[in-house]
Amino acid sequence: MACIEARGLRKTFGKTIALDGVDLRVEEGRILGLIGPNGAGKTTAFNAMLGLTPYQGKLRVLGRDPWTERDQLMRDVCFIADVAVLPRWMRVSQTLDYVAGVHPRFDRAKAESFLAKTTIGRDRRIRELSKGMVTQVHLAIIMAIDAKLLVLDEPTLGLDILYRKQFYDSLLSDYFDRSRTIVVATHQVEEIEHVLTDLMFLNRGRIVFQSSMEELEARYLEVMVRPEHAAAARALKPMHEHQVIGGSVLLFDLMPDLMPDVKHDVKHGHVDRQQLAALGDVHTPSIADLFVAVIGNQAGQSQGQEQGKGKGVAQ
Amino acid sequence: MNTINTQPTAIPEPKLDSQVNAPAVIPPAQLMYWSVRRELWENRSLYIAPLAAAALFLVGFLISTVRLPEKMRAASALSPMQQLQLIAEPYNFAALLLMGTTLFVAIFYCLDALYGERRDRSILFWKSLPVSDLTVVLSKASVPLLLLPLVTFVITIATQWIMLMLSTVVLLGSGVSVAPLWRQLPFFQMSLMLLFHLVLGHGLYYAPFYGWLLLVSGWARRAPFLWAALPLFAIGIVEKIAFNTTHFATMLGSRFTGGVEGGDFPLTVSESMHPLSHLIPLRFLISPGLWIGMAVFALFLAAAVRIRRYQAPI
Repeated sequence: MACIEARGLRKTFGKTIALDGVDLRVEEGRILGLIGPNGAGKTTAFNAMLGLTPYQGKLRVLGRDPWTERDQLMRDVCFIADVAVLPRWMRVSQTLDYVAGVHPRFDRAKAESFLAKTTIGRDRRIRELSKGMVTQVHLAIIMAIDAKLLVLDEPTLGLDILYRKQFYDSLLSDYFDRSRTIVVATHQVEEIEHVLTDLMFLNRGRIVFQSSMEELEARYLEVMVRPEHAAAARALKPMHEHQVIGGSVLLFDLMPDLMPDVKHDVKHGHVDRQQLAALGDVHTPSIADLFVAVIGNQAGQSQGQEQGKGKGVAQ
Repeated sequence: MNTINTQPTAIPEPKLDSQVNAPAVIPPAQLMYWSVRRELWENRSLYIAPLAAAALFLVGFLISTVRLPEKMRAASALSPMQQLQLIAEPYNFAALLLMGTTLFVAIFYCLDALYGERRDRSILFWKSLPVSDLTVVLSKASVPLLLLPLVTFVITIATQWIMLMLSTVVLLGSGVSVAPLWRQLPFFQMSLMLLFHLVLGHGLYYAPFYGWLLLVSGWARRAPFLWAALPLFAIGIVEKIAFNTTHFATMLGSRFTGGVEGGDFPLTVSESMHPLSHLIPLRFLISPGLWIGMAVFALFLAAAVRIRRYQAPI
């Protein structure tokens, strides 16, 4: 079954369009990365999914309408919002007591055993802890809740690299069991690259790219070409090109006709792996490269359009 | 298609386990209990402030016991009614002081209750748990309505007992008879009336005030105190200019001082000396003022619940 299903999801704040007709379907047991520039609508999308804000269009999370069935939904959904939100006055032990008191699926022993691996004292107040420790406490709570869906909005913001790595490692090894679904939004894409099963780019309230990670590997290829081959490579119409020392890196979509709902803004032709391998070293592009290619092209194109036609972005 | 309970086919075991171990629903009473407990953790002033006031009062009272033997000797020359007034006075004063303290605490508690959680963004954490907005608002409303009157009651009774014990010890030490003190002070009746006064008056009769403050604290983006006070002034001023009347201000005033009928509930403990005092709670419970107030309170609370649903951190 689909864990999250949205059709024509729209949300406006006055004249600002935060979500502009989003269609998405997240199957159970996936780990979806939702990537987008600031103000793309990620948090608004999460708020809609979590029943924190009303919306237009159709949205079902675990088969429920998040806005009207929020109280029931929250028994099966966990989330960490984009900032440290644990109440600063609370003691660690009180936090555990409270969640154990109100959450039917909270396993206190599990949270305790996770905290036992840290140096956090149970009688410390949240305000006395470092940012990394607060995240550890929050993670300990989340991991001890047997939820069906976990939503993470910039969960590692402001943490140092050790905490960030530990966060995702714990999530994968101790939490994720393939029956749960995780949706995570972050700017630190390189750290979740190996974690994800699916990828989605959101820009200006629209989904501009979606793919599973397997599909991404099969479909996108980056080739590093020396200057002498650059012209030949460019003739194959890459999605994106950037310069590095000793040559250029060109990003190709091997199956540009697939997924007609997702528009790449530069028209490109058919190429295959062998063609590209002949031009230089080929490898699977990183999420960051792909992001820059897709979003960067969008930005360039919409600017061009605005100059040409006066308004609007593609489609 | 309601697929919420569909078992995933891939790894069924962990799910089965958890469904055996964990009840799917927490009973509402338990949700309420933890929500109120949470309020006590966060707002320690709810009991620290009255305790501090009581301690302060007792220090003063202790010093005043130097003059107690002399006072008791002088009292023996007075009529029984005057004797009672004189002896009961510090006990009434203790009760009034504690009531005043907790009234202040209640006002500031209400103003911060739904505002603070948005300001410190912890509302996102509270909302990530399966506790409804209704439960949260009701638990917060129960603090000034029920919890604070009871806290005040317990602390006042304890304070008055300590006063009585201190007086007894001092009088015994100075050789003055303690009999008038114990005979004249209607301790049990005083306590009962205090309980009625606190629960019915400070709890139920003031409920519309608490409801209003909670509503404003859930709605205001800044300065909830001003938003709570200014509209009341504005209505009063507009009414005065437009109709040259002061009905609104009079209504607020009479609500605050205990009812249009001039004392729907006993305001001072000395009223408890009245022979028919046990009828006062009954008279109060059937007064329309109380029930109109409760209806207004319910409206304010319903609005506060609805507002909290839409609110995000500020």
